[in-house]
Amino acid sequence: MGESRRPLGALFWVCLAFIVLVILAAALANFLPIPSPTAQDYAAINTGPSLHHLLGTDDLGRDLLSRIIFGARVSLVIGFGSIAIGLLIGGTLGLLAGFRGGATDAVINAGSFVILAFPPLLAIVVIVAFWGRSLWKLTLIIGIAAIPQLFRVIRASTMSYANRDFITAARAMGASTRRIIVRELLPNVAPSAISFALVGVAVVIVLEGSLAFLGLSVSLPTPSWGNIIFEGASNNNLQLNPFIALWPALAMFLLLTSLNIVGDRLREHFDVREGGL
Amino acid sequence: MRERTDGGVLLAYLAKRLVELTAVVFLISILAFLLVHLLPGDPSVAILGPFDTPSARAEVLRQLGLNRPLPMQYLTWLGNVLHGNLGRSFLTKQTVATTIGEAFPIDLELVVVSQVLAFAVAIPLALVAARRPNRALDRLATATTFGMLSVPAFILAVLLALVLAVEVHAFPASGFTHLSNGVIPNLKSVALGSIALAAGSVAVYFRLLRSELISTLQEDFITMARAKGLSTRYILMRHALRPSSFSLLASAGINIGSLLTGAFVVEYLFQLPGIGYQIIVSIDSRDYLMVQGMALVVAVAYVLVNFAADLLLGVLDPRVRRG
Repeated sequence: MGESRRPLGALFWVCLAFIVLVILAAALANFLPIPSPTAQDYAAINTGPSLHHLLGTDDLGRDLLSRIIFGARVSLVIGFGSIAIGLLIGGTLGLLAGFRGGATDAVINAGSFVILAFPPLLAIVVIVAFWGRSLWKLTLIIGIAAIPQLFRVIRASTMSYANRDFITAARAMGASTRRIIVRELLPNVAPSAISFALVGVAVVIVLEGSLAFLGLSVSLPTPSWGNIIFEGASNNNLQLNPFIALWPALAMFLLLTSLNIVGDRLREHFDVREGGL
Repeated sequence: MRERTDGGVLLAYLAKRLVELTAVVFLISILAFLLVHLLPGDPSVAILGPFDTPSARAEVLRQLGLNRPLPMQYLTWLGNVLHGNLGRSFLTKQTVATTIGEAFPIDLELVVVSQVLAFAVAIPLALVAARRPNRALDRLATATTFGMLSVPAFILAVLLALVLAVEVHAFPASGFTHLSNGVIPNLKSVALGSIALAAGSVAVYFRLLRSELISTLQEDFITMARAKGLSTRYILMRHALRPSSFSLLASAGINIGSLLTGAFVVEYLFQLPGIGYQIIVSIDSRDYLMVQGMALVVAVAYVLVNFAADLLLGVLDPRVRRG
């Protein structure tokens, strides 16, 4: 009998292509034929779209397309970097706690509840304020904040497999805990973990934007999507040239929607319902 | 084994939650205390900045006891906090407690207005959508709210400011008007911020209530009500809405907690001097004792709101407390 998985659909591939496009543009930004994101063109201040500046310029004559492409780096590094930290630590703990159960599970689970009880934005804002706000510090702080969330998802998913027959069979054949976790559990848990992680990346990108609005993300003039939108909303720029804020807002909206749709479709696709078996 | 009574289960549940609550509050206090030690160099120098006079330094040393072993410092600090002494700003000379007393009502107003707006939109919309699932109206509402989940509050706030304040001049672009200057000017000054905060809630509440309603409408007692010839409208309002609203209530509880702490961006952008705004202003002026005191109070408030929401849910829905 064939697999009766829900098809991913065309929209999934369009969204995935957009995510890949943004990642490629950000990675190859130095090689693209665009001006420097901090270069000021005094002959073109607050201009609309033109051949020289495809999305126009801001109040300092800087190319908006270039600022958006370079700004994507900050959003993507913090977004994917912190979720990678969360997945690595939270995921490992989740697999271990879900498979072992007992005291291991009880201790790690209680710890995750305590961390989840904190208001996340407040904790991040305050720690950034006291400790500093370089790119790697932001990524690390948000990554640590993401650990308990990812732990809980992966633990729950591991538990649903831990007592299946194929795990018992592997155990009976004398497989070590490490082998069972890596070879038997991980491949089954990975799809749902990845779909949850993609939605997590979207949440973190919004968080970076919020921090930028509060002046707590990477320092200017380094562009990030959050601080370009913030610049576009301050100094009367909304009256003079609303596009400074609107273009990066549109870019962020499209990326967030794409991440949410890709995550959502993956979850539906890999969701093995008992009724379908 | 002895059957436990319903009251016994509720008491055990309460006790368990109370122990958790105490542990979390204790941990928050330790973390808030340790924050000052994240400051680079001598914390008293960072805290005082340009106000570094011998008498001010003596005051900081007394407040924090920085020259003594860490556990002793913590106990001194905790003793002060428990007596309501959260410290004093070296910049404005105002006590942290006074600042919180002035700022908190603004947060409360933002939360109440935004949640009233969110419920007023989400509940009728969910009732209409769930009545005919997967038809045009339902699909439109579901797709729109999915899209709204991808619009961060700060982008919505910028769009609202652009359209309603800059282009149309319907609302003031920033600033807070106190209630003593009239109800309408006061509501107008928090309107844009409240709408920006409400939008995210609308999306979450609509999606939750819609799916709960659709599954409730499959139940036998609904079929029974239909067989009795009751109108769809009556069934939706009187039979389906209440059993479908538990998860709505739970998420509203969590949401209100996070709005209390998460209104930072909206308050900062619209210059509404709530606690979020005050924390950011204190960070900008390196007023570290102010940040520490407010963070402690807000974190404890957040935990208490979540605790209350959990408790309420436990009382309303017996399934929760039975685990």
